Order: sequence, then structure tokens, then C-alpha cells
Amino acid sequence: MELFLQQLINGLSLGGIYALIALGYTMVYGIIELINFAHGDVYTLGTFFSLAILTLLGVSGVVTGPALIAIVLVTIVGAMILCGLTGVIIERLAYRRLRNAPKLAPLITAIGMSFILENLMLYWKGPSPVPFPDLLPKVQFGVGAVTIQAKQVMVILLAVVLMIVLQNFVQNTRLGKAMRATAQDKDAAQLMGIDINTTIALTFLIGSALAGAAGFVSGVYYGSTWFFNGFAAGLKAFTAAVLGGIGNLAGAMLGGFLIGLIEAMTTQFIGDQWANVLVFSILVLVLIFRPSGLLGEALPNKV
Amino acid sequence: MTLTPGARNAAFAFAVAIALPFIGHNGAFTNFLADAGAFVLLALGLNIVVGFAGLLDLGYAAFFAIGSYAFAMLASPQFGIHLPFWVLLFVASGIAAVFGILLGAPTLRLRGDYLAIVTLGFGEIVPQTFLNLSQFTGGPNGIGSLDQPVFFGLRFGFDVLPYYFLILALIALAVWVANNLRQSRLGRAWMAIREDELAAAHMGINTTTTKLAAFAMGASFSGLAGCAYASKLQLVSPDQFGFNVSVFILAMLVLGGMGNIPGVILGSVLLSALDRFLLPQGTNLLHGFAHALPSGAFSNALGRVDLTNSRFLIYGVILVLMMLFRPEGLIPSGQRKAELHSADLDARAAAAEGELYSEAIR
Repeated sequence: MELFLQQLINGLSLGGIYALIALGYTMVYGIIELINFAHGDVYTLGTFFSLAILTLLGVSGVVTGPALIAIVLVTIVGAMILCGLTGVIIERLAYRRLRNAPKLAPLITAIGMSFILENLMLYWKGPSPVPFPDLLPKVQFGVGAVTIQAKQVMVILLAVVLMIVLQNFVQNTRLGKAMRATAQDKDAAQLMGIDINTTIALTFLIGSALAGAAGFVSGVYYGSTWFFNGFAAGLKAFTAAVLGGIGNLAGAMLGGFLIGLIEAMTTQFIGDQWANVLVFSILVLVLIFRPSGLLGEALPNKV
Repeated sequence: MTLTPGARNAAFAFAVAIALPFIGHNGAFTNFLADAGAFVLLALGLNIVVGFAGLLDLGYAAFFAIGSYAFAMLASPQFGIHLPFWVLLFVASGIAAVFGILLGAPTLRLRGDYLAIVTLGFGEIVPQTFLNLSQFTGGPNGIGSLDQPVFFGLRFGFDVLPYYFLILALIALAVWVANNLRQSRLGRAWMAIREDELAAAHMGINTTTTKLAAFAMGASFSGLAGCAYASKLQLVSPDQFGFNVSVFILAMLVLGGMGNIPGVILGSVLLSALDRFLLPQGTNLLHGFAHALPSGAFSNALGRVDLTNSRFLIYGVILVLMMLFRPEGLIPSGQRKAELHSADLDARAAAAEGELYSEAIR
């Protein structure tokens, strides 16, 4: 039972990271129906950007007190801005021209973009895992035999807070409404005076910024990263987005936490070499039996 | 005997291909030709799925893996089974085709990009499963000392030449099959589905069986390639069949021209050559250049560049640039060109279409 509860905590914190990445997939898919393959790599880039900022700040170990909060905030905001800009640049360079092309073309471009980002990171940091400094003090909260680490609290908290901010933004602000309108019907939105290009760029900005935040958290959580990290994580996050219902923000969040739980439980009770196989099998099964996901509504077949 | 220009070109290309290993006459070159040939075969198979039927398959290497492992398990000391190669060639191809149908049957209802993701997931599951089921597959070490093919009492041995001719024969078969398929009722049904699935369905095409046929056919080609490639290498291991391989083959199609058989062959030969010769040679060239320069930060940096490490960067750039600027590939197929440009609103596309129409009128 304790083992199960422990894996529950581990799974939820893992899921928080997937959830943050999944939000970006779901937003981009919701608005231009593109599986942004490069998104997982933007997430890894987020870890690398965070690392660069920390190096710039001269941080290489545990920080305490108010300095910790300041450093975490500066790093996370910096990584979000840099990743957000990366997302906007990718959209501008690679996807915008292909917006009206047959589906196959932007998808192949996205795969190409993913390869480009991965290899740029390979050049930047080399092929071996790159260590990430232990920022947070090793504080643990124990409930019986179950321990919750500070970094786990941070992941879950951050995921939930960003999710609430995003949900509010999309529901209540003018720009959020423009995004929803564009997702629904681009032509009609344009007729209503919405600038489609800006709205789509904004979607990429926000989605990629969330991946940047996830990148920072994953650095703290795992203590290292490597250039190819985004491929598997991206696929799992996409699975999360599909599981929750693509295009649905709350669904992405729910899917992320579920995938994290499934992975943690598989690792514990079946063997970690099967975790990926299981997650991808879930992807296949969900797509076959409930392509609209848990919270999504059935998509009309666009002709 | 009169030949159509297409058949004449094909016969000429085939004759050149037979002569090639004797021109260079060194083992490394023949080895390259055999490997490139295996990828031509794979690309021809993927072309049926993506190029003809328009179904993006991102896990195509999985079928390559299935074909390879089918051969490895049935012709090696692994289980002590030693079935003849020529039988296994068709068994491996058949098994791959069955898996093509098993994957396709439930998933083909999905929309294009979802299908791509499912195939990608499948492409991840297959090598991982081979990796994890070590009692059957040898785990990370794979299966070694595979049986060599025997041709009328003649053992293939370790010389690559017979393997090259074997693969060449399979390519000839594949080209012949693919070409006949393209012009057949089934081939035209594939292209109808690629252009507009809904319209095709309303014209009485059974989209499910038609798409399944494409999946099965494409997979069977990669089963053949897997069997031949594994017997040449005498070894299979799970790391030969990752996502990178699927994208490598896709890049061949994109570069050469999806849906066009000569284009696909050109694309795969070009990328194989890039991989095996141009990148190492280019690296040497850069290093030589760096050596000639006065020493400094720039020449030091240049001396450390290794282009072979950037191969996937280069494939990525190829995918993006081709999609942006020449989605029809180096040798476009007419229909593909029209399809990819009809949605474009710029004048260049309109001109290309006009050209196509005037061709049709002629």
C-alpha cells in the first residue's frame, strides 16, 4: 500500500511535467490541426535554456531562502520566454507557408523541425546526459512511510497554477477569445476582424512557453537531461493530449497526470522496460476506440 | 521486340546497376551498393503506402524489423531452426504483410495525422518488444550467425556481391510489382483515396480494403528487404529499426518525389550516398582545409566538425526545405505535383497547374 501511495505521488509529479507539455500539443492541434512534432524538443530546449540561465547567474548548487524564489522565478520566466520565441520562430519559418497545403506537408515539416532542433542541441551540449544543478534543498514531507519531496510539490503546484492561468486567459481575455474563435473557424474569425496570423503565433508562443516551464521543472526533477530527451517525452505528452481529448485544455491536464501515473505504476509493478510500450499501446488503443479522448467531444469529420 | 521508353530506361538502369560493382571492384563500394539497395527496396515499399495511397506511416521500420526478426528466428542457431532462405524470403514478407494488416485494420478509420501517430507508436513498440523479450530475440544483443542463403548448392558466403545481386533482383521484382500496381484498378483506387477519400468512397471504392492492401503491400516489401538485409549482415539487433530509420526512408521519398518510382529510387540512392560517402568525405575535406589554415579558433573549430554526426540535422533540413520549396520532390510525379500545389494560392502553383492541364489536353 505504501509502495502504491509512493508511486501515486511519483506518478502525479511525473504527470505534472507531461501535462505542461501536453497543453502545448493540444493548443496547437486545436488551432491549426497540426501535430507539432518539434514540441517535445522545445521542451528539452527549455531544460537547456534553464541550465544556461543558471550558469549565467552563477548557480550550481542548493539555494535557500528568498534567493531561491528569485532564482527559480528568473530561470523559469527566462526559459519560458526563450522557448516561446523559439516556438514563434518555428511557426513563422516552417509552418505558416504550409497552412493551406495538404496535411502531409506540415506534418513532415514538423518531423524535420524536430530533427533539426535535436541535432542543434546535440551540437550545443554533446551526446551524453548533461547534469542539472540541485536547486531545491532536500526537504521531504513524510506521511507515514510515504515521502513527498520538495521538487515534487513544485512540479504539481506549478502545473496546476499555470493551467489555471491559461484556462482563465483562454476563457476570459480578448486574445483568448480570438484563439477560440480561430480554432473554431478561421475564415469566420477573420471576417470578425481577428488577425489569424497573430493569433496562431500567440498560440505557439504560449504553448512553447509552457514547454519551457516544463523543461525547467524536468531539469530540477531528474537532475539531468540529454538532447534526445524530448522525443519520448513529447510522444508521451501527445498521448496525454489525445487521452484527455485533443483541443481540450483540462483534458490535456487530466491526460498528463494519468500518463504519469500509468508510467510510475508500470515501472514499479511490471518493470520499467515495459513503461514505454504500455504508454504507446494506450495511445494506439485510445486513438482506435475513443479518438475524441476522455473529455473531448467527437470531432466532426471535416471534409 | 519493342520497348516503351519507360521500360527501356528501366532496362538500361538495371544494366548499369549490374555493372556497377565491377567498375569500382572493391568490397566497400559493393557493400555500399548492397546497403543502398536494401533501402531502395524499403523506399519502394513505403512509397506504396505514402506515395500512392497517401497514408503517412511513421513506423515503417517496424515492418523492416519484423521481416528481419522473422528470418533471424527461423534461420539461426537461436531456436535451432534452419529453414531455407528462399522459403523464408516469402515467409518474412508474408509475416510483415500480416502485421501490416493487423496494424491497419483497426487504425485506418483514423484521420491522416492520427494515423501517422499510431504508426509512430507502433514503430516504437515493435523494437522495444524485441528488446525486452530476450528469451526469444536475444535482447539487446539480437540474434547472430544467421544462415547464409544457398543458391543451387552455392553458399553465399561473406562476399557481398551475391547479396547485392539478390537485392537487385528483389528491387527489379518490386519495381515491376509497384509499376503494375500503379496502373491497376487497385493503384488507381489508392490514388483516388489519396486525392479525396470521401469522393473515392462515394464512387464505390471500398476504402478500408483498399487502404489495407496498401499497408500489406508496403509491409511485404519491407519484409523482403529485412530478410535480405539481415542475411547480408548475418545479425539482427533492435537498435537497427528505430524512428530514425523510418524518417530516413521517408526523407528518401520526400527528396526523390513521392509517388514516383524513379524519383524514389533516386532519392534513396542519393541519401544513402550522402550518408556513406559525402558526409565522411566532406568531413575530411573540412579537416584538410582546417589544417591548411593558420591555426586559430576558427581552424580549430573547423577541425572538430564532424559532418557524419550531423546526418540527422541534414535529413531534417532536407525534409523542411523540400516541403517548403519543392514538395513534389526532385523527380515529381504529375499527379502529386498537381495535388500539392492545387491548394497553394500563389501564382507559381497556378502556372504549374496550367502546365498540367495543357499536358492533359495534348
